[in-house]
Amino acid sequence: MNHRMTRTLLVVAVVAVASACPRNTPPPVTPSPTVNQDSIDAAERARREAADRAAAARQDSINRANAAREDSLRRAREAVEGVRSALTAPIYFDYDSDALGEAARSALDQKLAILQSNTGVRLRIAGHADERGSDEYNLALGQRRAASAKRYLTQRGIPEAQIEIISFGEERPAASGTDESAYAQNRRDEFEITAGGDALRSPAGT
Amino acid sequence: MTLRLHTVLAALAAVALALPLAAQDTTARGVRIGLTYQPGTRPGVVVLPVNGANGDSIRMILQRDLDFGDRVEIVGREGSTVADVARQQGGTMNYPLWRALGALAIVQATATASGVRVAVHDVAATGILNARDFTLPTPGLSAGWRMALHGVSDEIERWITGTRGAAQTRVAFVRGGRIHIVDSDGYGERAVSEQGTALSPAWHPSGRWIAYSAFGPRGTQIIVRDLQSGGTRVASPRNGLNITPEFSPDGSLLVWGFGEESGTDLVAAPYPGGGDPRRITVGRGSDNVSPSFSPDGRRLAFTSSRAGHPEIYTADVDGANVELLTTYLAGDQSYRSNPAWSPDGRVVAFQSQVAGRFQIMTISLRDRGMKQLTSEGINEDPAWAPDGRHLVFTSSRTGTKQLFVLDAETGRARQLTRAGGARLAAWSRVLDRTP
Repeated sequence: MNHRMTRTLLVVAVVAVASACPRNTPPPVTPSPTVNQDSIDAAERARREAADRAAAARQDSINRANAAREDSLRRAREAVEGVRSALTAPIYFDYDSDALGEAARSALDQKLAILQSNTGVRLRIAGHADERGSDEYNLALGQRRAASAKRYLTQRGIPEAQIEIISFGEERPAASGTDESAYAQNRRDEFEITAGGDALRSPAGT
Repeated sequence: MTLRLHTVLAALAAVALALPLAAQDTTARGVRIGLTYQPGTRPGVVVLPVNGANGDSIRMILQRDLDFGDRVEIVGREGSTVADVARQQGGTMNYPLWRALGALAIVQATATASGVRVAVHDVAATGILNARDFTLPTPGLSAGWRMALHGVSDEIERWITGTRGAAQTRVAFVRGGRIHIVDSDGYGERAVSEQGTALSPAWHPSGRWIAYSAFGPRGTQIIVRDLQSGGTRVASPRNGLNITPEFSPDGSLLVWGFGEESGTDLVAAPYPGGGDPRRITVGRGSDNVSPSFSPDGRRLAFTSSRAGHPEIYTADVDGANVELLTTYLAGDQSYRSNPAWSPDGRVVAFQSQVAGRFQIMTISLRDRGMKQLTSEGINEDPAWAPDGRHLVFTSSRTGTKQLFVLDAETGRARQLTRAGGARLAAWSRVLDRTP
């Protein structure tokens, strides 16, 4: 206790002496140097230009990197969209038929490859009919059309659980109208991704 | 007034002289219900103005029901002549005068405190054929009152023709994805199911329940709705395609089309017990839908694509003894579907493509004779009235799909629905116990 108090008093004394000193000493006179203002400006200009160049170069490289990243993101997005649209593209049927024609089989082959590379994807196939048949029979026909596409995929190794099917008969036409062109657009299977659609990968080898 | 009546009487006398009397049935043997009149003719019936509360409505409904029944010919439909003649006669019936007017029966109704008192006069026999007091529920003009009055019409039709009418019935149908019901005369239309995609309504014979199919997230289900409580339950235990329900005539069995991944087959489950449905048809990947029971409940008519395109087949309710009913025309793209077994068991109505358009036809179960009943527009989804002579069906003849009622014997058609798009009709049994 005594030691600490002594030390404290000593510190206070030293501070008091030191702060008293300047009042008693006059300020030192320093001689002003000779200055070449031009050379200072030139140096400053050079320094600034160098800094600007460095900044521009840095920005360029950032821009290039950004552009490259956006480009690859866009390509990736486009690739995913391409995969998605190939996977969800409808297939079409003849009147009162669930037979898969050449175009339907080729579209299903594309879907097959995508499903093989995206085992987390769940697909719902909805069968539809044109309005000419019986409303009731067309529900069964739509079911057969959906089952026909599912069978094509499962027979080639896609697990049953990855695909569900449903029929809407003639209740949800894609095209209105009462001509063959509208009918042809309505005799279809639609493919809907019900799960795993956020991380679609392009099929291997493409 | 006197002058005008004289004019009417003179006209009637002229008519009476010019026309042979239609009431001379000499073929009747033994006891016969109803009036006697020449086969192939329709007896003329006058419905007199009705005194008492809602008298005008009572007369209009009775007269319209008898007219829609197509078994009698309404005389003096507009009523002014009939009213004049009736007023001049006072309390007594001038039978010769009515006979001259072409009437064989006179319907005399009076509104009473509890309902309506009806007497039907036999003009040829110059006396009362039958009379009875009918109780009608209150309030007057309510849905229940109307349905009970339709029952009075049906009983009058039985007194006159020997066959009960089918006015005391309703028709269920689909509009805008919802099941609706409407009285047989086009009144009292209302939706009974929620927004959605409901199809193919079918009446339970009791008139209390309606089964139909409804789209859901995992396929299509069979829903049974209680019209009294409004409650529903799912009658199809398995996910997949569950469509085109139909109750057996005794109401103990529910049959429908069930499809997964290899075609659609008819299945049956006890009603209302439920339980696992058992399969009826063995379609081997084909579609087997739209069942219709024979009136004895032993056989089913249904649409099947087992031979390529859809045709009508019949089978026992357990699936045995399958027969092709409609002619299969090889290479013909047209098809036949949506059978409806007539209540008398003699014919099956169905739709058949004729020049690419569906028309309503019947086929005889005895000799396979076919009759085409429609030709105007596209006509689909026939369903029989319980009287066995009227059919309700979907027709495009007005530009939109509407329900029409056709008398299969005379070919007379009337429009039942008028608001946008109606289809897939089902006709109830007589609703004599349902409010």
